[in-house]
Amino acid sequence: MAFLDAIRLALHTLRTQKLKSGFSLLGVFVGVTSLIGSCSIANGVNRYMTEKFAQTIFGVNTFQLRRQPMFNANVPDSVWRAWRRRPRIRFSDAKAVTEALTVPVITAWQSSDNVSVTYGNKEARDIELTAASERYFEIKNLRIATGRAFTAQENRSGVAVAVLGDAVAKRLFNDRPALGHNVRIGGLPYRVVGVVEHQGSLMGFPLDRFVVVPALSPAQNLVNPPGILDAFFVKARNPTEMRQAMDQAEAVMRSRRHLRPAQDDNFVLDTSEGIQRFWAGINRVLMTVMPGIVIVSLVIGGIVIMNIMLMAVAERTREIGLRKSLGARRTDILRQFLAESTAIAAIGAVLGIGAGVGLTILINALSPLPASVSPASVIAAVIMGATVGILAGVYPATRAARLDPITALRQE
Amino acid sequence: MSNVQLFRTGDTPLPDVIILTHKLTREYDMGSELVRALRGVSVQIQRNEYVAVMGPSGSGKSTLMNLIGCLDTPTSGEYWLNGQKVSDLADDELARIRNKEIGFVFQTFNLLPRADALHNVELPLIYAGISAKGRRERAAHALERVGLGNRMDHRPNELSGGQRQRVAIARALVNEPSILLADEPTGNLDSTTSTEIMGVFGELHRQGQTVVMVTHEQDIAAHAERVITLRDGVVATDQARAA
Repeated sequence: MAFLDAIRLALHTLRTQKLKSGFSLLGVFVGVTSLIGSCSIANGVNRYMTEKFAQTIFGVNTFQLRRQPMFNANVPDSVWRAWRRRPRIRFSDAKAVTEALTVPVITAWQSSDNVSVTYGNKEARDIELTAASERYFEIKNLRIATGRAFTAQENRSGVAVAVLGDAVAKRLFNDRPALGHNVRIGGLPYRVVGVVEHQGSLMGFPLDRFVVVPALSPAQNLVNPPGILDAFFVKARNPTEMRQAMDQAEAVMRSRRHLRPAQDDNFVLDTSEGIQRFWAGINRVLMTVMPGIVIVSLVIGGIVIMNIMLMAVAERTREIGLRKSLGARRTDILRQFLAESTAIAAIGAVLGIGAGVGLTILINALSPLPASVSPASVIAAVIMGATVGILAGVYPATRAARLDPITALRQE
Repeated sequence: MSNVQLFRTGDTPLPDVIILTHKLTREYDMGSELVRALRGVSVQIQRNEYVAVMGPSGSGKSTLMNLIGCLDTPTSGEYWLNGQKVSDLADDELARIRNKEIGFVFQTFNLLPRADALHNVELPLIYAGISAKGRRERAAHALERVGLGNRMDHRPNELSGGQRQRVAIARALVNEPSILLADEPTGNLDSTTSTEIMGVFGELHRQGQTVVMVTHEQDIAAHAERVITLRDGVVATDQARAA
């Protein structure tokens, strides 16, 4: 029997036994869909983390001088405690670093904590208060929607002016203009000079629930002890200059902390690479667990196909006997059943690819994840689908091919 | 019985002898006991003969049928089919012989229920490696030969019993086999239809087809020109009938 005839026959059988074929299709379908879908999601999360998340938190070509890394996966308690024992970053550290840097940069101070903001009898709770210097807006890429950011002059003098996040402005003023009104931030009176553009959310965290005030304004005491900073931001023009600036900053800090060459830094220069490393760690775990899940679902699919093919062999014993009596050789029967299981797997794989791609498009449309189909996952899916189909078909097909025609024909 | 060759082991059958069995035995090992279904059957059937094989159940006629049909191999003895010794062929070669030399007609028709008449008749040609176009032409021709030229696209459940058996006969004929081997071909048919099917066999025989038919019905066997009766695994009688 020619190969084409085997395929034609297989398709004919699938057409005439839709329900049964459908069930076995489902096995491979689910496996392939989950493979492609999960790879797409992982891809999307990856891009999201490296492009959007890292840059929203850190800014491009920016590093932060901090006591400890901002994101850390699974650090042991001992390391954590050692971090907490390190000296904090001081205003004087920031000033010394700024003076020592020879590459052109912009810098900002930053300290944050959560407070309540009130206007009249309205209250916005759990708002991130950031005491920062004026270039903070530029570094964090915060665009002002109405009003203005505070000035360097206001920052130096510690004027009580505030720039509100979009959500805070809406909560306190609804749609009325907020500019010029006096709000209380952690109880301290501040005048609103600007509102930042709506930013949406990041991984489910709202980005608009904040207020920014000058670093030296009265609220500085709400976020840190006097003279202490959470982070000192340095933004360079390009990655090379950022590296240079980091080296210079490290040298300054080591000398200020009196560290001997053998001693490790007791501060960090955190970049978006740090968070990307953190994400890469999570991603690695995902990438090891996910194939396991996919393989399990494909194995289940294979078992379903095998079961259904065994049923088909049992049900069609007479047909097999007849075909043998009409001149079908063992290989003909083997090929017929293998073609059938492979066709099931192939159709399941094709539908699965379609569904996987569809799922990806859906995720793209409905969530902030820039999910994308990875070609490797499609290839892997096709190979796995075909393998499952063939493997699941071999045993039933061999059973069918071995049937004795006389016994097979006699079977009712 | 005039032109029967006295066959000895080592001989080759005469060219006109299409079926020759020599001291054919078939034993089944049923665990505790050895069942000797055939105990040395020697028959010769000429080209274009019309032979009925009769015998009570357990006489060995089905076993002989399976051996002649190359569905089974003998325990000992020789079987020559159309000048070729097939008693010691391997599985795949037997499949090829079944495909080329033998046209089976079964009591229960054995048609594929989901395929139409044309496709059912095409089946042997698929295994003969004929192209799709050639298959269709030959299958259509075979269906016309049995008078079903207008029923090609009907499925078995849309056909009467007699029509189904005609489809099965067309399928048996489509590879132009040396012998048409029918196993109780009228066992599932009423008497009118039986007569009709016997008419088809008679017509094929007149056209030169060799027909071997297993039956336990006297009046069906009466259509053949020669009746071989088996009893307890040996040939009891072998007589030509007046045509």
